[in-house]
Amino acid sequence: MTAPEGKNIRAIPPAPPRARPALRALAPLLDDRLALACAAFAVFAALACAFAPLLAPFGYDAQNLSLGASAPSAEHPFGTDMLGRDILSRILYGGRGSFAVGMLATFVAAAIGVAYGTVSAMCGGRIDAFMMRVVDIAYSLPFTIFVILLTVAFGRSVWLIFAAIGAVEWLTMARIVRACALDIKNRAYVEAAFALGEGKAGVVLRHILPNAAPAILVCAALTVPSVMLLESFLSFLGLGVQAPLPSWGSLIKDGAEYMEDAPWMLAFPALFFSLTLFSLNRIGEALSRGGGE
Amino acid sequence: MTRYVLKRLCEAVPVFFAIVTAVFFMVRFVPGGPFDRERPVSQETIEALNAYYGLDEPLAAQYFKFLGNLARGELGPSYKYEGWKVSEILREKAAVSLELGSYALALAIAAGIALGLAAAARGKIAAFASGAGLLGICLPAFVLGPLLILAFSTKLGAFNSMGWDSPSDAVLPSATLALFYAAWIARLTGNSVRAQMKMPYVRAARAKGAGEARILFGHVLRNAVSPAIAYLGPAAAGLMTGSFVVETIFQIPGLGRFFISSALDNDYTMIMGCVMLYAAFIIIFNLISDIALAVVNPRIAREFGK
Repeated sequence: MTAPEGKNIRAIPPAPPRARPALRALAPLLDDRLALACAAFAVFAALACAFAPLLAPFGYDAQNLSLGASAPSAEHPFGTDMLGRDILSRILYGGRGSFAVGMLATFVAAAIGVAYGTVSAMCGGRIDAFMMRVVDIAYSLPFTIFVILLTVAFGRSVWLIFAAIGAVEWLTMARIVRACALDIKNRAYVEAAFALGEGKAGVVLRHILPNAAPAILVCAALTVPSVMLLESFLSFLGLGVQAPLPSWGSLIKDGAEYMEDAPWMLAFPALFFSLTLFSLNRIGEALSRGGGE
Repeated sequence: MTRYVLKRLCEAVPVFFAIVTAVFFMVRFVPGGPFDRERPVSQETIEALNAYYGLDEPLAAQYFKFLGNLARGELGPSYKYEGWKVSEILREKAAVSLELGSYALALAIAAGIALGLAAAARGKIAAFASGAGLLGICLPAFVLGPLLILAFSTKLGAFNSMGWDSPSDAVLPSATLALFYAAWIARLTGNSVRAQMKMPYVRAARAKGAGEARILFGHVLRNAVSPAIAYLGPAAAGLMTGSFVVETIFQIPGLGRFFISSALDNDYTMIMGCVMLYAAFIIIFNLISDIALAVVNPRIAREFGK
């Protein structure tokens, strides 16, 4: 059935202009002071880490063996580690890895999840059932073994670790996108688009993805901290970013080893790491609360 | 109800095989073998070892042999820990992890539900509860563990900092292990309690004159625990199979470290053993959580009944 060109259907008045869905999803942040503060901190921390080469008082591998592990002082506000390396500088450089992993792996996860979820929803029927069964099974795979095998297979290249983490974090995204797509697929305006001769790909690009954007955004916002947590766990195992380049996970690991003699080695990296995770989670929570109501 | 449980069990069998098969082939496609060591071993030795353990056969043959052994409950020898059978290692270590995991699970459920309910209150208590919940998600075990050791064992001397000998040795590790899960349970319960409190039945109960406690425990709680129960299936499996981080920090002879080291060493049989144990736990605990969900919400079982 094809609709007659330019007749009744086109006569429906256009919807009143609204903010784009992705922007509307950010609105709840403005009403939530704590979330706003968290966003400010996250942006500040991300920028500080991104510009680490300009901001850090020392290089991440600049040793001063005569200093050893010294307590916080005017010159080294967060103290130094066993090799006399400045903790503040190492935190800034270490954050680069954590943030980069967080964003890149989330991007990979979102790309896979969105593609998988929309394909599953649009195909429907048996294909949909099968694809979601695969996701269910993947959920019950032991993630740590999976990630370790991937990192071993990929030979410790930092960029491939990002991809490997992304490759295991897409499941939730796929489920959420599929649920969204299924819901939108049956709305009247999507039916109208099909009736007007729009193909499946066009409907996905012009109707489903823009409307699923808020949900994707919330899911991505919550994926970033969970990826950063996973990366720090890998670093803790010695599988993450390789020495002498620091990462927050490896800094915390070193700090935990020497915590009785040099508590600042644990305290400051852990503080930064936890504050960042808290901020990112709080932002995600604020966004999801806004989307849910 | 019986039908529902049986259906769930039947669904679990193909899932188990899918997991086992996926991991079986995945570990073999990863470069490197179980006999690569720091010190290079001669090519003949490796070939002899591969032949001895049947690793030179075609993959399909290895796979069917593995399935045959599995049917007889034989998991094979560990390639890394010479003279040990995988089943022996699993049996010995899993007992410790199970014990620690049970404490942590109980603690996580109690603390999580309590915090989640507190989030339904208004004002300061709710803010505190949701803050505490978020904190749990942001303090990874490898930060919390050392902090607890520093506070309770180095400074206060209340507990041993590591080891697994006296009953009190379980306190710090289970708290470390439980916090993350408690935080998730609190978050899930809190969100759904908040949603339930807006439902018409709560207003009806208030209109009837029921007190807040009666509403919360008599009406809302049952409706609000479903997300936490669904989460607890995989979470319990994770807890029971041990945590590498917690076991390393507190020097506990559990199973968690074998998950990591077996994958690092390409110890094929040990990886399969760990994965199968984990998959079995996942299936069992998912089943328990499905049954619990059906008990809490009889509509779920009724859908399968007919």
